[in-house]
Amino acid sequence: MSGKPKLHYFNGRGRMESIRWLLAAAGVEFEECFLETKDDLTKLQKDGSLLFQQVPMVEIDGMKMVQSRAIGNYIAMKYNLYGKDLKERALIDMYVEAATDLNELLMAHTFQPADKKEQHFATIVDKATNRYFPVYEKVLKDQGQDFLVGNRFSRADVQLLETLLMAEECKPDILARFPLLQSFKARISNIPTIKKFLQPGSQRKPPLQEKDVPRVMKIFH
Amino acid sequence: MSRKPRLTYCNGRGRMEPVRWLLAAAGVEFEENFLETREQYEKLIKDGVLMFQQVPLVEIDGMKMVQTRAILSYIAGKYNLYGKDLKERALIDMYVEGITDLMQMILTFPFSPPEAKEKNLDSIKERATNRYFPVFEKVLKQHGQEFLVGNKFSWADVQLIEAILAVEEKIPAVLLGFPQLQAFKIRMSNMPTIKKFLQPGSPRKPPPDEHYIETVLKIFKK
Repeated sequence: MSGKPKLHYFNGRGRMESIRWLLAAAGVEFEECFLETKDDLTKLQKDGSLLFQQVPMVEIDGMKMVQSRAIGNYIAMKYNLYGKDLKERALIDMYVEAATDLNELLMAHTFQPADKKEQHFATIVDKATNRYFPVYEKVLKDQGQDFLVGNRFSRADVQLLETLLMAEECKPDILARFPLLQSFKARISNIPTIKKFLQPGSQRKPPLQEKDVPRVMKIFH
Repeated sequence: MSRKPRLTYCNGRGRMEPVRWLLAAAGVEFEENFLETREQYEKLIKDGVLMFQQVPLVEIDGMKMVQTRAILSYIAGKYNLYGKDLKERALIDMYVEGITDLMQMILTFPFSPPEAKEKNLDSIKERATNRYFPVFEKVLKQHGQEFLVGNKFSWADVQLIEAILAVEEKIPAVLLGFPQLQAFKIRMSNMPTIKKFLQPGSPRKPPPDEHYIETVLKIFKK
């Protein structure tokens, strides 16, 4: 019995990627079981492994956890990445939720029909550079610290880095107006556990290619 | 000086209703600031009061909290509605998140086009009766306790009673076949703080009507 968390999802980012980031940042090794066909999903549903018939599902500490936020919360608490008290947790939650909103917008881009792609791209850039990035830039500026909350590495830093990198994949110069986010990105990327996760051969997943969309849709629909 | 939490949102359920439920269930009095015009909303943004330019906003304990889940987690943590340890918290989180997915369908329903409404209603019924309610029916049956987690009232119970009542408004017979949930509904409705919240004149908001939909579209139009 390995005792390592075991992740059940398809072989791609989706709703599991933030969990991979968090486990990796915490230095926790994990195993993955990839759904490749609809039958793989059906089998998990039939054997009662999925509380609400959905993945992500993570086997951890004797539980079969579902719901990505619940899983993220558990891992963050367990590995002390969730602040020192209720108020730090509140800040972390606000920052993580907003970054997750932007993440979802970024991930939705691959699934946009051709005639909507350009408009969607414009929305991403507008929201990223006018709604979200200025907030984090200001937090870093006002505090002058290395991390977003409580002068200590937390889940908020992990989520923000994940989101910044995804945004750059979408538009490479998207951080041009945000010098503190650029230095944040460099700093957090150099944390040993994160540096390792960013290297080729890690369990980090590449962005979904358009050609893979039909295959993924078939598993879930 | 302890001030009451202050909620800023439209005068209707939307994304703020679970917050009203949780505060009420915890016996916490709160004030409300209703958004009625786009100008009010734009002023809030201009004043820098909305961290990500969005509502809900809850001013509580010196913080201007945004993001519904962050707000709810804080309230649950503060008022001991979040379980006694990490594992109970994990269960509460899973249950709340599942129910939130169901509530999301109800949230968006009034804004769907007329031709899609019947199909959406069927989806709500299907998900409630096949995916979500069976889970909680089973949980209650298996442990035979009054509450979903740890034999103690928690955020999960509040979220579930809110969802049951919201679905019943649309599908009155939805709890047929769920005897545990029927008993749960009665039990929760009779808890003093919840009973009070269910009475006329409480801060509980009515189901969305035309006026509410118009107001929301007017304020948040792009």
